[in-house]
Amino acid sequence: MNQVHNETLFDLHEVTFAYEGKQTALERVTLSIQAGERIAVLGSNGSGKSTLLKLLDGLYFASSGVIKAFGQPLTEAAFDDDVFNFAFRRRVGLVFQDTDVQLFSPSVWEEAAFAPMQLGLSKADVHARVDAALRALRIEKLRDRAPHRLSGGEKRRVALASVLTLQPDVWLLDEPTTGLDPRSQSWLVNFIVEQGRAGHTVITATHDLSIVDAIADRVYVFDEAHHVVAQGTPHDILSNTDLLLACNLSHDHVHRHDDGGEHTHPHAHPLAHTHAHE
Amino acid sequence: MSESVAVDQPPAPASMPAPAQVKRRNGVIERTLADISHTMGHTLFSEDIARHSGLLQSLDPRVKVISMLALLIAVGLSRNLAVIAGLYGVTLALAWRSAIPVGFFIKRVWLFLPFFTGVIALPALFITPGPTLLSLPFGLAITRTGAMSALFLLLRVSTSVSMAALLTFSTPWNDVLKALGVLRMPEAVILIFGMTYRYIYLLLNTANDMFLSRKSRVVGRLTGADQRRMIGATAGVLLGKSLHLSSEVYLAMQSRGFRGHARAPSVASFNMRRRDWGAFVVVAIVTVSAIWLGQ
Repeated sequence: MNQVHNETLFDLHEVTFAYEGKQTALERVTLSIQAGERIAVLGSNGSGKSTLLKLLDGLYFASSGVIKAFGQPLTEAAFDDDVFNFAFRRRVGLVFQDTDVQLFSPSVWEEAAFAPMQLGLSKADVHARVDAALRALRIEKLRDRAPHRLSGGEKRRVALASVLTLQPDVWLLDEPTTGLDPRSQSWLVNFIVEQGRAGHTVITATHDLSIVDAIADRVYVFDEAHHVVAQGTPHDILSNTDLLLACNLSHDHVHRHDDGGEHTHPHAHPLAHTHAHE
Repeated sequence: MSESVAVDQPPAPASMPAPAQVKRRNGVIERTLADISHTMGHTLFSEDIARHSGLLQSLDPRVKVISMLALLIAVGLSRNLAVIAGLYGVTLALAWRSAIPVGFFIKRVWLFLPFFTGVIALPALFITPGPTLLSLPFGLAITRTGAMSALFLLLRVSTSVSMAALLTFSTPWNDVLKALGVLRMPEAVILIFGMTYRYIYLLLNTANDMFLSRKSRVVGRLTGADQRRMIGATAGVLLGKSLHLSSEVYLAMQSRGFRGHARAPSVASFNMRRRDWGAFVVVAIVTVSAIWLGQ
């Protein structure tokens, strides 16, 4: 469990968001996140997890309802103010699900340098931050490589480095384990745990139940109608089979036994791939 | 796709029949796949050459960019065929010393030249007044002056294209961009160039996957109309994907502080060494000599 400070970072009240005003992605969402918390946002594909992260990062704005970050309302007008924009972008970093979206620069070094350059840091500071980030993620050897020619695991590390150079207080991670081999996945979970231990707030959107216990102290669950339907500790949520089934995070698994009998039981991979018959 | 796959078709045979020896005719899918993989292969090949050890690869990219511009000016100003031919010879020698396969290098430049320059040079053969070099039927004649003009144009363009090709073959694209930054190219333009190159590669990969997926499901031959429909549909999907990608990339840039004024990270990691200064002096001498001798 991380040390949680008594400071509300994000406060969402009755937030609804619809793409182009038509396609609803979030429906009357109310939630609150404290500084230093590790949050998992669970939901099936299309439930609104990615949209929530983009709202928290001030990239989209609520169609109705109120979002506050650091006590300030997140509105387009707020981001027109350079001082607010600088302070917010400096504190909040989003790692996109698709690394091809995140990695748009011609080389790894430039990718990592992009954020501190946009924030107007001095050349020496940019170099120091980039070198430290590449070292921390063990990708110094990739510094001159083109991101599009890297493996999936390497791309994910570069994507993390591109946000690490911001030195954010808040990490927003969208499906970070997608497409990773088991070794890279394990490394990534450790990275998230380390960020939490360092006192950062880490909000991870995922439908990978096997990592939730390791990366979160509190879980929000979205259903397919884009509502928050539950919140609780990882243990409470992962042991609620009916909830997981209802939210498409678990499924009925049918298999045959040696005696020829057929057996059906709810199946998910919540805790390091252990599952039991009911 | 036509409605040729009916639900009441006979089931597939249990055993696989041996393929008959039929003459293969490449359809639009095969041709597009071949073109895409050729382009991607060429890109990878060029990047690999740029990382070889060779004469040009060992030079500072800034020296290479400035040298190319200087020599292009020399080619443009020279009015002596032998001087331009000499400069073309120099590009071939540099290609050879830089581990660039010379045959490939020549082919690469001359393959496209007739399409672009040939079309412009061809009329000059006939319409430029001067003594007749070769009489043709229908009262047409190639004049000596016309032939010289066409030859000048072709040689100038081929030498210039060869110089640009030398730069791109011997320098990673990223370094070319950085070198342009040193030459005061606006940062926004450099950023756009870099992103364009990066995402063309990604979209080529996507197009390749789409055509492979289509190929794996096509049974029999497609009619011309089906092929056109398929290409149209693929182009539409690709356009949709690229639009979605561009808006997502913009969000990713915004998320990291982009405010519409690009600040491209210029890595001043280039170091001018003695070898670079030497190359600089040699190119300066060659440029001045070519301009002087070419008058």
